[in-house]
Amino acid sequence: MSSTTTNTTTIGTIGAPSRRNTELAMLVFAVLVPVFAYVNVGLAKDGSVPAGVLGYSLGLGLLAGIAHLVVRKWAPYADPLMLPIATLLNGMGLIFIWRLDQEPSLGKAMAPNQLMWSTFGVALFLAILIFLKDHRVLQRYTYISMVVALVLLVAPVFFPGVNGAKIWITIPGLGSLQPGEFAKIIIAIFFAGYLMVKRDALALASRRFMGLYLPRGRDLGPILVIWALSLMILVFETDLGTSLLFFGLFVVMLYVATERTSWIVFGLLLSGGGAVAVATFESHVQTRVDNWLNPLALASNGGVTETAQAMYSFGSGGILGSGLGQGYSRLILGIAPKSDYILATVGEEIGLAGLMAMLLLYGLLIERGLRTALAARDPFGKLLAVGLTGAFALQVFVVAGGVTGLIPLTGMTMPFLAQGGSSVIANWALVAILLRISDTARRPAPAPAPSTDAEMTQVVRP
Amino acid sequence: MNKPLRRVAIFCGLLVLALLVRVNWVQFVQADELKHDIHNRRVAIERYSTPRGNIIVDGKAITGSTVTDSGDFKYKRTYKDGKMWAPVTGYASQAFDSDKLEKLNDGILSGTDDKLFFSRTVDMFTGGKKKGGDVVTTLDAKAQKAAFDGLGDKKGAVVALNPETGAILALASTPSYDPSTFAGMTDADSKAYNALQKKNDPSEPMLNRALRQTYPPGSTFKVVTAAAALEHGLYTNIDAKTNSPLPYTLPDTAGLPLTNEGNIPCENASLREALRWSCNTVFGKISADLGNKTMMAEAEKFGFNNDEVDTPVRASESVYPKDNRPQNAMAGIGQASNRATPLQMAMVTAAIANGGKLMKPYMVEQLVAPNLSVIQQHTPQEMSQPLKPENAQKIQQMMETVVKEGTGTNAQIDGVTVGGKTGTAQHGANNKDNPYAWFISYAKTDKGTPVAVAVVIESSDTLRDDIAGGKLSAPIAKSVMEAVLQGKK
Repeated sequence: MSSTTTNTTTIGTIGAPSRRNTELAMLVFAVLVPVFAYVNVGLAKDGSVPAGVLGYSLGLGLLAGIAHLVVRKWAPYADPLMLPIATLLNGMGLIFIWRLDQEPSLGKAMAPNQLMWSTFGVALFLAILIFLKDHRVLQRYTYISMVVALVLLVAPVFFPGVNGAKIWITIPGLGSLQPGEFAKIIIAIFFAGYLMVKRDALALASRRFMGLYLPRGRDLGPILVIWALSLMILVFETDLGTSLLFFGLFVVMLYVATERTSWIVFGLLLSGGGAVAVATFESHVQTRVDNWLNPLALASNGGVTETAQAMYSFGSGGILGSGLGQGYSRLILGIAPKSDYILATVGEEIGLAGLMAMLLLYGLLIERGLRTALAARDPFGKLLAVGLTGAFALQVFVVAGGVTGLIPLTGMTMPFLAQGGSSVIANWALVAILLRISDTARRPAPAPAPSTDAEMTQVVRP
Repeated sequence: MNKPLRRVAIFCGLLVLALLVRVNWVQFVQADELKHDIHNRRVAIERYSTPRGNIIVDGKAITGSTVTDSGDFKYKRTYKDGKMWAPVTGYASQAFDSDKLEKLNDGILSGTDDKLFFSRTVDMFTGGKKKGGDVVTTLDAKAQKAAFDGLGDKKGAVVALNPETGAILALASTPSYDPSTFAGMTDADSKAYNALQKKNDPSEPMLNRALRQTYPPGSTFKVVTAAAALEHGLYTNIDAKTNSPLPYTLPDTAGLPLTNEGNIPCENASLREALRWSCNTVFGKISADLGNKTMMAEAEKFGFNNDEVDTPVRASESVYPKDNRPQNAMAGIGQASNRATPLQMAMVTAAIANGGKLMKPYMVEQLVAPNLSVIQQHTPQEMSQPLKPENAQKIQQMMETVVKEGTGTNAQIDGVTVGGKTGTAQHGANNKDNPYAWFISYAKTDKGTPVAVAVVIESSDTLRDDIAGGKLSAPIAKSVMEAVLQGKK
């Protein structure tokens, strides 16, 4: 099955409306909702409209407006929902971070920095849309991407860990960078390029064993390398989330490229085996698992654990929440109330209803990404789109699942919502690439070249 | 490539669905449990977010609330005359939970009790803040002050009851503590609290001696023994001679004598004289003659061996033990393993003063909602009838003789009939510790018997020969009775 002949675009492309006005209308909501939330927090905390509200709304509106204009000009057929969803999530994230800044017990204010990083994120988003005319250009950098991704993933080993996870590159005086967030995109580019070339070999040259197609030894090589790498991340950087993310990303892309279910089974076996092996001798993984199994158990010093505090936040929020600014998620003192645990604040203050809305926004963004993958006309675009979206989805699941106690907690940040410069910049870049792919996918097909046959079968109207 | 893509899409959909199901589980199904979990600090924050209801004595609040700026709890408890009232109120601390009335009525005081549902619902609609209700006690501020001042810096306890209803009028215990000092959650509060703990202060200021400490009741228990003798027909005339040899040897012992304090006329003394002089030989023999079972049964009617005497603060169990014959004879004069709380001895006195009818002791008259509607009103309850009215009359006469011309003359009040009994209970190995000085009494006017008191003083610097209940404890009982009588005028 060759990709050039299976152009099964599910979205009609000929004459599709650009949907830019839909995007604009949605963007208006995406800006207004956080502005109202901002006012709401101010009223709840101090009884007055916060002073920065005008600046903030103008700033957010301006960012969204410029982004919209750039999309209109440089990616006119791009998906109309991704930009508004990203704007809304980022805007709400800023509000929640600002809201937690109002709690003196949680340390210094982080919202201004986050606003700055968001601006950089949007700037990168714009740069990608303007300068990346066609996503297929990225295919040229397949192996460079591999090297860059490896460097990014391995680098944190050489820097001091923060709170038990070595996922940071710290540059004294400048701040720190979470390379995993960028590696997520770059490694997706590498996988897409690599798999596009190798997919036939991987899919066809295999032996059948017990109903499964097993790959040949030499095809297995790179897969085992990735597996080993993700395990190494786990062991040396003590970062369960990133490890899970990369391995999951790889398995998903491999499956999409080869259409072989056996890869899934194979991948699950490998990751399961690796996880069990690591969990038995890595104490911090065991601690996480224990916390997950007994979320309300007291810490060894008799205190209430962060896990328990997060659960109390969710439980106390109930269905409708305490109202913005009126919760007590500041009780999650620990390391990351504004990043890893920000969902607990969301759950407490806007309740089950608000949290479900947030999760559905993520779900919608994932759905738009997968739809882009389906609609993409070239295999590289398909693989890249599914890779980026898959990584995004896994990240959302791993973080939200971890914080709500569905799975053991891992140190990752909620895309767009959580505090963290690397995360917000990387995710804006991710959305930019997805928008570029969807623009290419939805762009009207070029007019067929005039051919002599066509002239001969011309219909003559009476 | 689209088939696996669709499957990936379904997989991603399932991931999001799993998250949605999970948050519903946590925020809907488990929400209530998590919200009210004991370790969820929000419960405490909410609890201290509004001023607490008050504990009322004589129509005036003896507690209050004040705004603090330390920590995340807004209001903390204050107490007026905290030391004096601590045995009644207990404490409500942000850092150290609560105790006594504060603990038992926490729901009402903090406004979370289901009985306040109506008032809370009204608040919800009118936008009013949650308010706590008040606890109206039966205590008498003047009597309490008399008791507390009377104890002074001595170690001991006073309980005064209204024999007719069982209402507790005074409940003092010394040394005491001021619950205001650790109502908050600062370091100073912790320090104050720790300093009061037994390991740091051997005098145990936080021990409520009136309800939670048992002592050998000593000679005050002789009124119970006398009641048993009358009830079981061993003797019927309190002025007739008893069959009481002197010296008296304890049964089943090879000539171990039970002695009296000094050379007092106890041989074959009548019950009245025996109580007047506090004859150990007479009452020890009565107890031996009646036997352990009968004595236990009589003591139990007065409230002994009952571990559920709730005022509503639960009192420690007073014990009349199952024992062998010599020990039983000793128990009959309030020694051996016989143990009673001051409340128990006040109940004994009250039952005798109330014509043999024991009323259940209580100290909460009403629970009042924030809108001043009464949500619970105590009705006096009869606990038991330890002795027949005519026998009660007889023991009253005996006790009145004690005050008139016996060991309890220090409790006499002009124009009032006072009945009482002293007690000096030995304790410690070979009686080396200072004895406990007891006094129980009641005051009777032509309008009734409004007060019965029990006083115990644990130890004193006074010479041990001098430490008779009549000297140390009777004056305190007297001033408490006077305070109550004055209030009745």
